Parts: sequence; structure tokens; C-alpha cells
Amino acid sequence: MDQFERAEYMKLETVKEILEAEVLVGEEFLEMDVLSACGCDLMSDVLAFVKDRVLLLTGLVNPQVIRTAEMMDIRAIAFVRGKVPGKEVLELAKEKDMILLTTKYPLYVSCGRLYHEGLMNGSNIVER
Amino acid sequence: MAENNKVIRLHYEVDGEDFSLAGEASSNVKKVLKQLGFDPQVVRKVAIAMYEGEINMVIHAQGGTVEVEITPAQIKMILQDQGPGIPDIDLAMQEGYSTAPHKIRELGFGAGMGLPNMKSYTDEMHIRSEVGKGTTVEMIVKT
Repeated sequence: MDQFERAEYMKLETVKEILEAEVLVGEEFLEMDVLSACGCDLMSDVLAFVKDRVLLLTGLVNPQVIRTAEMMDIRAIAFVRGKVPGKEVLELAKEKDMILLTTKYPLYVSCGRLYHEGLMNGSNIVER
Repeated sequence: MAENNKVIRLHYEVDGEDFSLAGEASSNVKKVLKQLGFDPQVVRKVAIAMYEGEINMVIHAQGGTVEVEITPAQIKMILQDQGPGIPDIDLAMQEGYSTAPHKIRELGFGAGMGLPNMKSYTDEMHIRSEVGKGTTVEMIVKT
């Protein structure tokens, strides 16, 4: 079996537990599940990552993170290293029906914890 | 879209002053295409390509205009600015080449991926640019 194509999914409630995260907005979407995750501080790389039901992990907290997620149909974002975006960003996310989490773990550790627990889809190597 | 010969035209002014507003036009186009019932993959391609274009106009050209022409067969976007122009389009198309300032890079853009992303999400892309006059980017996504 190709381990990179395992169709695992994870509930956001579980993501929250694994990352020991707090919900900033969108508590009502904790029941949603994600199939893959993208850990990235470069929005143009996120825009090149086309998958369904993606969790975005990032250390950026500006409004363009929400815009980028919107274009990609990404509805779940976890901010790492304890970052919390400003009110304007939280409002924009609410408007777009998104769920925002914040975790104290840094990006590498956050991704590692989720990967270790089975959120592995989306790790395909990009063919050039 | 019931009538096959119907063309829907949208026009947007992109504000070059406020980076936090970049993407509003793309967001609106995305909403319209969704409402018209286009395939989600098509909607996503248009949204991403136009969003990268919008970001470029804000970073490099103090804004500009976007015309969107929607037919059942394709979505055409024409992004026009009166910015500094692109001296070497082939160079600008290279992944990683960027002239964006540091403060834009801190926001997660300006890594030289915008134009390559726009090309990869569209079926056709044409750039016309004149140094000192401005740039026009035409993109087509077929449905």
C-alpha cells in the first residue's frame, strides 16, 4: 500500500486535542473533518496546494491568510506558536464560516504531532 | 446557466493603497461563479489565478482594474494596471524571481510564485507589458 495515499481523515475536535489548541472562532465546526494538512508561511505555496478538506497550519496572522484559505476552499486554520490574529481577521473568518485555532506548539512540532497521529494525506511529493 | 449565448461581465477597481483589502474582487468573482453553478474546481482555479493577479497589482502597481467575462464555455479575466511594467517577462515567469519589497514577503507573498501559479491554474495566459506604462494580463479558464 502506498502510505502517501492513505485516505485518513481527522475530526477538528481531535486536531484541537492533539495540538492542545484553543478555538478562536467557529466552535460550531469542530465536528468537521479534514483529510490533509498544509503547514506553510508562504501563501503562494499554499495557493499551489490543491487538496480537499485541508487544515492550514501557519505562523502568519494577517488578513491575506483568510483570503488565501477562502480561495482554496480551506475552512480550518491553526495558528502556531501561540499566535492570535487581530479582531479584523477574526471577523473576516467568521464571515467566511471558518474555524480558527491557536496552538502553543511551533509549526514543525504541530505538523509532526498531527502526522504522527495519522493525518498523512497531502504529503505527496510534488512531481517536477 | 440556461442561456448559452449569455455573457456576464463584471468590473472591479482594485485599491492599491491597502494590502489588507487585496482579494475582495476575487472573493466576489468566486461567489458569483458559485451562484451560477460552475464546477467547484473551475471556480477554485479562477479564484486562485485572479487572487494572485490582484495581489500583484497591489504590490507592484498601486492597484488597477479587472474585467471578468463569463460564458458557459470559459471565464476570461483581464487585469490591467498603470504600474512600472515588467522589463523581462520570461524572467518574471521564473519560479522564485521576485522584485517585491521585504514588507510584502513578511506577509507571505513576494516569493516569485505568483505568475507561475497563475499560469498553472489557467488554460491560457497572455502578458503585455510596457516599462513605465503598465501591464495587462489576460487569463482564460475553460469550463
